[in-house]
Amino acid sequence: MTEIFGVPIQALFGQLMLGLVNGSFYAVLSLGLAVIFGMLNIINFAHGALYMTGAMLAWIFLEYLGVGYWWSLLLAPVCVGLIGIAIERLMLQWLYKLDHLYGLLLTFGLALMIEGLFRDLYGVAGQPYSIPEELSGAFNLGFMFLPKYRAWTIVASLSVCLLTWYMIEKTRLGAYLRAATENPRLTQAFGINVPLMVMLTYGFGVGLAGFAGVLAAPASQVGPLMGSNLIIVVFAVVVIGGMGSILGSVVTGLALGIIEGMTKVFWPEASATVVFMIMAVVLMIRPAGLFGREK
Amino acid sequence: MMKRKLLALTLSALFLPAAGSALAQAGKISGDVVKIAVLTDMSGVYSALGGKGSVLGAEMAIEDFKAKFKPKFKIELVSADHQNKADVGSNKVREWYDTQGVDMVTDVLNSGVAIAVAKVTTEKNKIMLNTGAASTRLTNEDCAPSNVVHYVYDTYALANGPGKAVTKQGKDSWFFLTADYAFGHSLEKDTTDAVKANGGKVLGAVRHPLNASDFSSFLLQAQASKAKVVGLANAGGDTINSIKAANEFGLTKNQTVVGLLTTIVDIHALGLPTTQGMMFTEGFYWNLNQETREFSRRFFSKHKGMPNMLPAGTYSAVLHYLKAVQAAGTDDTAAVMKQMKATPINDAFAKGGKIRDDGRMIHDMYLVEVKKQSESKEPWDYYHVKQVIPAEEAFQPMALSRCAAVAKK
Repeated sequence: MTEIFGVPIQALFGQLMLGLVNGSFYAVLSLGLAVIFGMLNIINFAHGALYMTGAMLAWIFLEYLGVGYWWSLLLAPVCVGLIGIAIERLMLQWLYKLDHLYGLLLTFGLALMIEGLFRDLYGVAGQPYSIPEELSGAFNLGFMFLPKYRAWTIVASLSVCLLTWYMIEKTRLGAYLRAATENPRLTQAFGINVPLMVMLTYGFGVGLAGFAGVLAAPASQVGPLMGSNLIIVVFAVVVIGGMGSILGSVVTGLALGIIEGMTKVFWPEASATVVFMIMAVVLMIRPAGLFGREK
Repeated sequence: MMKRKLLALTLSALFLPAAGSALAQAGKISGDVVKIAVLTDMSGVYSALGGKGSVLGAEMAIEDFKAKFKPKFKIELVSADHQNKADVGSNKVREWYDTQGVDMVTDVLNSGVAIAVAKVTTEKNKIMLNTGAASTRLTNEDCAPSNVVHYVYDTYALANGPGKAVTKQGKDSWFFLTADYAFGHSLEKDTTDAVKANGGKVLGAVRHPLNASDFSSFLLQAQASKAKVVGLANAGGDTINSIKAANEFGLTKNQTVVGLLTTIVDIHALGLPTTQGMMFTEGFYWNLNQETREFSRRFFSKHKGMPNMLPAGTYSAVLHYLKAVQAAGTDDTAAVMKQMKATPINDAFAKGGKIRDDGRMIHDMYLVEVKKQSESKEPWDYYHVKQVIPAEEAFQPMALSRCAAVAKK
């Protein structure tokens, strides 16, 4: 068998595939963060908690209401989005004019509260959520055994990323949004309801987190800590990609997933830190991130 | 005004502990209160193993002790979250010993934290009854038999049962998924020894960070190793996620997954369909006999979950400690330790348990196999007890001890 650095090439392909799976989660999550930062200038620390909320909602729907995976995939993000809208209306909207730090502190506090709530209600061991019938089983790709569910997460998250990009860059609604970000007062003068746009953006951004949460539910244990485990890495992804850059967050999300996957083969002990090492290097060379523009 | 207040506070803080120890030397209870502290992971990756369950175990022990012995001294219980950080844990314990008059600390899961806390405990000459951590270092390289008792289990006991039983079934090549810190290394090493002693071989290991978010990559490496057995030298949330991914990636079809530190809490979280047929060692099972059932049902009514060996062991440790304080008539460390070592332990958790000179408490362990869904008759009816491993066999023999304090004797 052909080998690269002592690792069989087939195993390497397998690891690449897994990197892609994890990367697609990073992509959806960092996309939500990037959209929110781009439009609202808020560093949304509650993102991880809302991702977890999405997964927990999927579990709650199934456990108490008998609502299956596919409906959850639609309903949970909507619910999370509504929670987001409530947060934006009740709290965040008062902070836009202040320093970034206030938004960060508020959302961080919210994250702790949401986590604490679920921890109190359901404990930390987590709940099992099984893979839907249609997607159980696996493809034998020759070089690896790829569970159908993991393949589906790549397809689903990349479609969502593409859709988001299309909506923001190519539609009229997206154009309004971009205008509102660039110059809110002028946009308002054209008769566009900017506060409404901002509210919807936040709702949409956290809805993405909820979506990723439901996607993750069958692949990992559904528990209150799942968000905080992931969110720090996702922040690093956003920083590397460039704060607020949509394309940047998607591309870096996938790339870092793959790099992390490779590290797990060659130096497993470092796999938790490799993303941050890259972040440090990128910040030294390009402080605005790989895809960010310096203002 | 402010300054004077501060000065007064500082002075009283300086003198209080001194007053306390003077009393203890007089053969009484320091401060007229026996103060017990539970230090555990309240919210992190291991909190489902110990956490609030351990606090409840300690509360139940105090309740039972008061009901039966009607002690003249007061008993207080405090608890804190060490967040799986050695520095947080040892600072908290130092504060407890120095300013709060804590006499004994228990649970202390997470070997990294436990080793740090053991050092502080020895320095302050207090007692740690460790019911949570696994590393055998606590009774070997880092042993402190005058202050530290390792009460419930250790990596040797965990490794020995499945290491022997599974290897003897002809599943003789192993690959490890190891949590990358003291506990994981210790568990991997002890299992390796057990496997080799029984004619098996170890093909390799991958070390993953504590609390890794995704295990599929590590499992793929385990799969590629073609080992017959994949040993999970990790615990808590890490074990749960490893087993889940192992099922998803079809690893369980050709390889046997052995969770080396698995408890009933993990099985409950994963469900029987995912875990059936798994074998591992536990120190306690709620459905062993009438006494364990009674204890566990009482625990269940407050915790909404059955106890695993950590809360049950914490119950036993606190009870044993309080009985020793009662018998010795003092909470002086040396006197209580002597009393605890002299008395056998008989309660819902252990029968004929005994604390050895190296600080190891030995008691029977159980090699269990997870039932199939169809075999489970009621909620939490999860185990076939395959073998009761007698205390002398379950734990590392004294002859192999690397504890300096014991060797000197």
